[in-house]
Amino acid sequence: MEIIMSIVAGLLFTTGVYNLLQKQLLRIAIGTALISHGAHLFILTMGGLKGGAPPILVEGIEHYTDPLPQALILTSIVISFGVTSFLLVLAYRASEANGTDNIEQLRGNDYE
Amino acid sequence: MLFAVLLPFIASIFIPFLARMKNRIHTGIFVTLIPLIVFLYFIQFIGTGFQPVTRSYTWIPSLNMNMNFYLDGLSLLFVLLISGIGTLVAFYSIYYLHKSEQLGNFYVYFLIFMGSMLGVVLSDNVFVLYSFWEFTSLSSFLLIGYWNHRRGSRYGSLKSLLITVFGGLSMLGSLVFMSVITNTTSIQQMIAQKSIILNHEFFPLILGLLLLGAFTKSAQFPFHIWLPDAMEAPTPVSAYLHSATMVKAGIYLVARYIPIFAESEWFFVVVSGFGIITLMWASYMAVRQTDLKGILAFSTISQLGMIMAMLGFGTKAAIFGAVFHILNHATFKGSLFMVAGIVDHETGSRDIRKLGGLMTFMPITATLAVLATFSMAGFPLPFLNGFYSKEMFFGATLEFEATSNALAAYLQQVLPYLAVFGSIFTFVYSMYFFFGTFRGKANVSELPKKPHEAPIGMLISPAILVLGVIVIGLFPELINKPFISHAAASIYGGDVDKHIYFWHGINLPLIMSMAVLAFGTILVLTRTKWEPIYRFIPGPLSMNKVYDGLVKRAETYSEKITKGYMNGSLGRYFRLILSAILIVTFGFMISTGGFTFSMENTAEFTAIELLVAIMMVVAAAGTIVANNRVAAIIILGVVGYGLSILFVIYRAPDLALTQLIVETVTVALFLMTFNHLPKLEVRQQPWSTKALNLIISLGFGTLMTLVAISSHSSKWFESISTYFIENSYKLGGGDNIVNVILVDMRGLDTLFEITVLGIAALGIFGMIKLRKNKKGDV
Repeated sequence: MEIIMSIVAGLLFTTGVYNLLQKQLLRIAIGTALISHGAHLFILTMGGLKGGAPPILVEGIEHYTDPLPQALILTSIVISFGVTSFLLVLAYRASEANGTDNIEQLRGNDYE
Repeated sequence: MLFAVLLPFIASIFIPFLARMKNRIHTGIFVTLIPLIVFLYFIQFIGTGFQPVTRSYTWIPSLNMNMNFYLDGLSLLFVLLISGIGTLVAFYSIYYLHKSEQLGNFYVYFLIFMGSMLGVVLSDNVFVLYSFWEFTSLSSFLLIGYWNHRRGSRYGSLKSLLITVFGGLSMLGSLVFMSVITNTTSIQQMIAQKSIILNHEFFPLILGLLLLGAFTKSAQFPFHIWLPDAMEAPTPVSAYLHSATMVKAGIYLVARYIPIFAESEWFFVVVSGFGIITLMWASYMAVRQTDLKGILAFSTISQLGMIMAMLGFGTKAAIFGAVFHILNHATFKGSLFMVAGIVDHETGSRDIRKLGGLMTFMPITATLAVLATFSMAGFPLPFLNGFYSKEMFFGATLEFEATSNALAAYLQQVLPYLAVFGSIFTFVYSMYFFFGTFRGKANVSELPKKPHEAPIGMLISPAILVLGVIVIGLFPELINKPFISHAAASIYGGDVDKHIYFWHGINLPLIMSMAVLAFGTILVLTRTKWEPIYRFIPGPLSMNKVYDGLVKRAETYSEKITKGYMNGSLGRYFRLILSAILIVTFGFMISTGGFTFSMENTAEFTAIELLVAIMMVVAAAGTIVANNRVAAIIILGVVGYGLSILFVIYRAPDLALTQLIVETVTVALFLMTFNHLPKLEVRQQPWSTKALNLIISLGFGTLMTLVAISSHSSKWFESISTYFIENSYKLGGGDNIVNVILVDMRGLDTLFEITVLGIAALGIFGMIKLRKNKKGDV
C-alpha cells in the first residue's frame, strides 16, 4: 500500500507544481494547497502505514502507529493553512490594487 | 610584540567614541600616540649587536596558521618606517583635516592600515602575512575613497582595489604552492628548503605569481596605473600609504624572498627588467603632469622601480643600495607630499600651471621643498641623502657577475644607459616640481585662496623628515652599522660590510651623475621646446585605456548574463529553481545509488484506500482542467477531504480531525475571496510552454515518489519513536502521544508555529485594513 500511496503523493506534487507554474494567482494558491496535501501524505507514508493501533495509550496494547510523523504533519497542516490564507488575501489585494492577477503582468519596474 | 601589532587594531575600536568629542579635542591627537608607542618600542632593537627575534602566538593551530613574528633587520627597517612616518603623518593630519570632516572614519581606517602593515612585515607565517596584506589593500581602498562624494575618489579607490587584490590573489596562489611543496607555512623554513622550490617543475609559475603580487602592490609597470588615481586620497594618506609604506610592501615581499629566488637567472631578468622600465616610464610620465601630487605619484612609481631593479641585481652592493634608498625615499618623498599638502591647503590649488612664486609667501615651506627635491634629484651635495643611494644605484649597474643567460647578459649591458636615461627625467621633474611651484612669477589673483605660510604645526612633520634627509646626508655612517647593514644582511644572507662615502674619487658612477646633471639642466632650461613631445607620447598607448576597457566590458557582459535569466518573470524563476532541484537531486541520488525499491514491510492492500486514492488523484487533475473558479475550489476541497479520510484509515485521528476543520475553513476562505479575483482564463499558452511545464511537474512528482519509496525501503537506523511511546505517560502525563509530543516534548516548536500563525493573521489584517489614502501613500 505504501507504494501506491507514494505514487498518489507524487501525483499530488505533479498537479500542484503544474498549477504553480500557471500565471493566475488563484491557480498558484490552489497549487500550493495541493503541494501541502502531497507533502503530508508523503511524510505519513515514509513513517510506515498501519504499524499498529492509533497512538493513544490504552492498556494491553503493545504496538502503536508511529506518532512522530503525525506530530510533524499536525504542525504542518496548521502552518500550511496560515500560508494558504495569507496567499489568498495577498492575491485578492494584489489583483484589486493592480487590476490583474496575472503574475507576468505583475512584474516590478524594469531595471533602471 | 603581539601587543605592538594589535595595539592599532585595539585603539581603532575606541576611535569612534573619541571622535564624538572632536569639537573639543581633535581625534588625531590620540591617534598620534599609537604609532609613537610602537616606534619607541621597536627603536630599542637598533644597535650593532642586533640579532633576529622570534615570537610565536598560537592562533589557528589546526590550520597551521599561527601568529609567528620574525623580526630581522629588514622587518625592523619597515617597522620603524611604518611607525615613525605614521607618527609624523598622524600629527600632520591634525592640522590638515578640519574638525568638520568625518574624523572617526578616517582614523579608524588609518589605524587598521597601520596594524595590518606591521603585520605584513612581521609575519613569518605566509597565510597570516597574506591576511594582513589584503587588509592593507582594503584600508587603502577605504582611505582613497574617503571623500566618497567625489567621482574621482570612487574611481581611484575601485581601481586600486581591483588591481591590488588581483595581485594579492595571485600571490596567495604562489604562497599555497610553496607551502604545499615544502610542507611548511613559515617563510624562514621555506628559505631553508629552497632547493625544493627552485627545482620544482612549477617554479616559473611560483615565481611569476609571487611577482605579480609584488608588482601590483608596488605599482610596477604595467600595473602602476592605480597609484596616480590613488592621489584622490587626503594628502596625509598619500604621504603614508602611497609613498612611504604600503607601496613598499611589494618591495618587502621581493626582498623577503630574495634568498630563495635570487639563484634563478630569470629573477634578475624579470625583476630588474620591469624595475628599470618602470623607472624610465614613470619618470618620463612625471614630467608631463600638471598636478603636484600627480608628479609625486609618478615620481614614487619610478623610485619604486629603481629599488625593484636594484633588488633584482642581487649583488651585495645593489641590495645595500636598495635598503638605503628605501629609507631615503621615505624621508624626502614623505616630506614632499606634506609640502604638496601644505601648498594645496594654503593656496587652494595643486595645479602647477597656476602656482608659482610661492617662495616669498611661504619661505619655510620652500626651504623644506628645495632640500627634499634636490635630494630626490640626486644632486651631488654632501648633505643630501638622495645622492648617496643614487650613486650606489649607478655603481650597482656597473658590477655584475657573469651570466650564461643571453637575455640577462644583454640586460646587464644596457642597464647603465637606461639608468642614466631614467635619472635624467628624475632630475627634470624634481626641478620642475620646485621651480614651478616656488619660483617664477606669482599670479596670486588666479588662486582660490590668498597664499600664506602654513601654521607651525603643519610644518613640524615635514621639517623632521627634511632634518632626516640632512642628518643622513651629513653622517651616513650613523645609521649604517646599527641599522641599514642589518637590513641588507637579512636580505643578502650574509654580512654586508659597506661604507658610505660622499667622495669616491672620479669614477664611472660620478661621471654618470654628472651626465644626468648636465642633460637634466639642459632639458629643464629648454622645457618649453619639449612640450609637444610630452603631450604626444603616450597618447593611446596608455595602460589606463586597457584597464577602463576591461572594467567596462566586465560590467556589460555580467549585466547581459544577469538580465538573460533575471527577466522579472516569476514563472520563469519557478521553472529555473525547480529544474535545478530536479537536476541536483536526481544527479545526487543516482550517483550515490540512493534509489532503492523493496516490497517488504508494506501494509496490506484494501479496496477502500484505493478508491479514496483514485478519487483524490482525479480531483487533483481536475483542478488543472477546471475553468470555473467555484468548480476548481470545490474540487480542491475533495482532495483535502479525501486526505482526511486517509488519515482515519491510517490510524491518525488527530490529523483527520484537524485536516477536516482546516479544509473546511480553507474552502470557505477560497469561496470568500474568489469573487474578488478575476475569472479563470482559458489558457492560451503556447504548446511548448505547456510541454515544458508538464515535463517539470511530472519530473518533480516522479522524484518525490521515488524518494518516498526509497526512504520506506531502506532502514538506516532505528526509529526514535519508541522513546515517545514509552515516555508519553511517564514524562508528559498524557495518553494521546501526538498531543504530548506537540505541547510538551516539542512545545517550543508549537510555540513558534503559533507565532507563525499570528504573523500571518496580522499580515492578513494589515492587507485588508490598510488602504491607500488619496495622495497615494500607504
